[in-house]
Amino acid sequence: MSSHYEAPIREPLILGEKSYHDISVDVGAPILGKANKSWWIVFSIALIAFLWGLGCIVYTVSTGIGVWGLNKTIGWAWDITNFVWWVGIGHAGTLISAVLLLFRQKWRMAINRSAEAMTIFAVVQAGLFPIIHMGRPWLAYWVLPIPNQFGSLWVNFNSPLLWDVFAISTYLSVSLVFWWTGLLPDFAMIRDRTKSPFQQKIYGILSFGWSGRAKDWQRFEEVSLVLAGLATPLVLSVHTIVSFDFATSVVPGWHSTIFPPYFVAGAIFSGFAMVQTLLLVMRKVVNLENYITIVHIEFMNKVILLTGGIVTVAYLTEYFIGWYSGVPYENYTYLSFGAATGPYWWAFWALIICNLIVPLTLWVKKWRRNIVWTFIVALVINIGMWFERFDIIVICLSKDRLASSWSMFQPTFVDIGVFVGTIGFFFVLFLLYARTFPVIAQAEVKSILKSSGARYKRIRESGEDLAGTAADARTSKYAERTSLASASNAADTYHQSTVHADALVDTEAKKSEIDLMLAKIGTYDPATQTADDLKKISGVGPVLEQKLHQLGIYTYDQVSKMTKTEYDLLDEIIDAFPGRAERDDWAGQAQNLKQ
Amino acid sequence: MVLGLIGLVFGFLSVPSTVEEASEILASHEEHHSSGEEASHEEANFVDEVRQEHGYSEHAMAQDKDLGHDAHEDGEHMEHVLHQMQAKPWSAAFVAAFFFMMIALGTLVFYAIQTAAQAGWSPVLFRVMEGITNYLLPGSVIVLLIVIFAGEHFYPWQNHELVAEDSILQEKSGYLNFPFWLIRGIIYIIGWNLYRHFARKNSLAMDDAEDLKPYKNLFKYSVYFLAFFIVTESTMAWDWFMSMTPHWYSTLFAWYIFASIIVSAVTVIAIVTVSLKAIGKLDFVNDSHLHDLAKFMFGFSVFWTYLWFGQFMLIWYANIPEEVTYFILRIQEYNPIFFGMIIINFVFPIVILMNSDFKRVSWFVVIAGVIILVGHYIDIFLLVMPSTVGPYWSFGITEFAALLFFLGLFILMVGMGLAKVSLRPKNNPFLVESEHFHY
Repeated sequence: MSSHYEAPIREPLILGEKSYHDISVDVGAPILGKANKSWWIVFSIALIAFLWGLGCIVYTVSTGIGVWGLNKTIGWAWDITNFVWWVGIGHAGTLISAVLLLFRQKWRMAINRSAEAMTIFAVVQAGLFPIIHMGRPWLAYWVLPIPNQFGSLWVNFNSPLLWDVFAISTYLSVSLVFWWTGLLPDFAMIRDRTKSPFQQKIYGILSFGWSGRAKDWQRFEEVSLVLAGLATPLVLSVHTIVSFDFATSVVPGWHSTIFPPYFVAGAIFSGFAMVQTLLLVMRKVVNLENYITIVHIEFMNKVILLTGGIVTVAYLTEYFIGWYSGVPYENYTYLSFGAATGPYWWAFWALIICNLIVPLTLWVKKWRRNIVWTFIVALVINIGMWFERFDIIVICLSKDRLASSWSMFQPTFVDIGVFVGTIGFFFVLFLLYARTFPVIAQAEVKSILKSSGARYKRIRESGEDLAGTAADARTSKYAERTSLASASNAADTYHQSTVHADALVDTEAKKSEIDLMLAKIGTYDPATQTADDLKKISGVGPVLEQKLHQLGIYTYDQVSKMTKTEYDLLDEIIDAFPGRAERDDWAGQAQNLKQ
Repeated sequence: MVLGLIGLVFGFLSVPSTVEEASEILASHEEHHSSGEEASHEEANFVDEVRQEHGYSEHAMAQDKDLGHDAHEDGEHMEHVLHQMQAKPWSAAFVAAFFFMMIALGTLVFYAIQTAAQAGWSPVLFRVMEGITNYLLPGSVIVLLIVIFAGEHFYPWQNHELVAEDSILQEKSGYLNFPFWLIRGIIYIIGWNLYRHFARKNSLAMDDAEDLKPYKNLFKYSVYFLAFFIVTESTMAWDWFMSMTPHWYSTLFAWYIFASIIVSAVTVIAIVTVSLKAIGKLDFVNDSHLHDLAKFMFGFSVFWTYLWFGQFMLIWYANIPEEVTYFILRIQEYNPIFFGMIIINFVFPIVILMNSDFKRVSWFVVIAGVIILVGHYIDIFLLVMPSTVGPYWSFGITEFAALLFFLGLFILMVGMGLAKVSLRPKNNPFLVESEHFHY
């Protein structure tokens, strides 16, 4: 992408002294380690909720939709509310991965994986509701335009509900492909790091044989960009079409043209609230605070603030135009004086307080960066956005155009049970995901480490050299010297002038290693120092002394600082006497000779 | 400045022609209206054909109070026609004045978005954007003067006799009354121009500043301005456009106008950038910057289409008599430009700017830009004309002269704005990042 330069004013996105290898280790840890107790507790609760919901679903399907609280006037209520709520939550994932990718936002890297996972799990929950509401879910394939021989009727292409079927299934498949594409290099990382042959096999299959060649990366980036381009209009279209469900057909004769963009903004609003809810907990549980930092949280809060602002303006517009239209029926819709003072006043005010008033506190920077407050606001928004859909559907329906059919909605335990069940199901999926998937897109985070990592920012701002900083002690035996070299060698990165080893070494890499060695044991300066007689060290003869001189080693002081690594390097270069230096303990001898 | 001078000459040449044309039209309206009226009835009835329902559109339009078709007596009808004819030069001036004002305003919004979002790619273009917004002050004042003095030509609700007969308009008078409406208009203009003033001031102060204070001020003002704008843009759209047909309403309307504003603005930023680069004034702008501008042109064109479709689809689908007349009138009387506009604003940008290499070719971007601007001029034309002059529209000397006059004034003001200071900002914390920008 762009260069590694980043304005110093930008806050780091990766905290701590992280190297590339650290990222692999930190991201791989939850998968390669064992689950802790709190994971099992939360998982059990979620599983119980899921099983309870499953029971309610079985009861609904075996008995009939009558077990819900629906009546003749309010023919759909919690089911469609929950459906839209879940679809809306699903929006943040693709927005983060696609739209923020197009906008080149680096902070998306740490959160996109989990947000996309959340999207997919949320859309799965959403999809359940229309299927259950069909009453005979085994005939769900009738929503597809298939020939009448299958027993179905030809579908009604005029209905936005049918468009939903296409929009959401397309959305689910594209999100899945997008998610999986991003996962390929990360699965490969797990495959290469795990010690268990079983995991190796599984992650090998999941990573589609990712090899990490340049060609793989090139294709990977191209596909990501193309998918982002495809997913962006999809994000818009899905909630646009969901909004059409209500903009065209909740109450005959009432509609509002602002619904498409306003639903999209609302969906992003609720989706980010859910991402906050999940990530604030997850970063704590799996120790990822250095990757999902307070800066990420603040950025997400800013997105919430922006989309919340758009939603606020949309609410005001709805309310105002409802009055402005002069149509008396508008006073029975969900954003009107009638709704605010009618029997559903509490739902109206829940919406206003949760979605308009509470998020206003995020204008204050201190609160925006307060984790506890952010968590509370995120929960409140989740509730508020549920009420938004409930209001649009139930308030509008409860007072339709025929006063004699006005009615209220009373949910039954089955309504509540199914909803709680989907929340449980959602968390079951998410918790399983957190244990088996790399929850942070480590390959992408690595791509911004040099530009936005705290360590690299520090190195750059202090004017030090970046050369060799990527090496890590756990992956490279010269790494220790690497970091020293960068410290002492900052001004002049070219090879030491006291080295005349052309006869001994032929590659630049070797020369660099010699430089690194000298950086550690110290360089010889002919102007201020005098050369010691290295022949006094037992095991060093005239020939060997000459070779040591060629490598830039002249003094006892230098020799005394040598360790196993340096000996190994000497053995590599001067292969006359393998292991000799260590056996004779040159460093110890030189230490004595020095005094 | 050369461009500015040419613009000035253009401007001076076109002023008298507007006035002349205006009076000429006014003087000859008696001749015009009789022939115009006949023509309107003979036109091919598009809506009826599509619906296979004879007399459908006639009936629908007759239901609509805003169009004045309910006056069946000849005398009243003639009066209405006369009224529409008189509105024509006003409308022509308003369309052109608003079109260029919205470019300056949209540029200001884009600038505020870039600062508030701490964008790293765009600071090299800030002086260009500031130059374009130099037109905002004269442009917005002229627009306000036009809407004030057009009065009943544009806004039937300002006619007390009409309101007295109309219970719906009486209900709306809490919002649609002249003093409140005037105050609102003044507030918009003061708010927008204040931001432009302080933004420019702090941006220039940044050049010599030793600390981040001007930058932080600019950031803060930008955020406040965006919050102010998101509200005033909506009310502005209702006040100046939607209330031209006071019975008609659409909740999306204001955002639809915003889409037009922002896409035109980005397009003008791109065109100005290309022209300045061509004369060697913007060496520090590379083709990655142009690429990004072109992406925004592409993206906002699609966004505009999305909102256009959202509004059209929902009104068409619901088919409610009060609302659907808006489109019936436009499809019926403005058929070629109504559908032509969608091709110009959607199909052309999609086809031309889809390829990522083309987005880096300056003449390609300019061609796409000119097409987009033409399309959005038509868009504004279609917002205003059908509501004010009904079927008696044409694109004649008045419209063309108004367009030229405001184009001249626009180029002059923008040229002056650009020429005043160095086009290369200094000390913006993101400037180096922007100069290094390569995608």
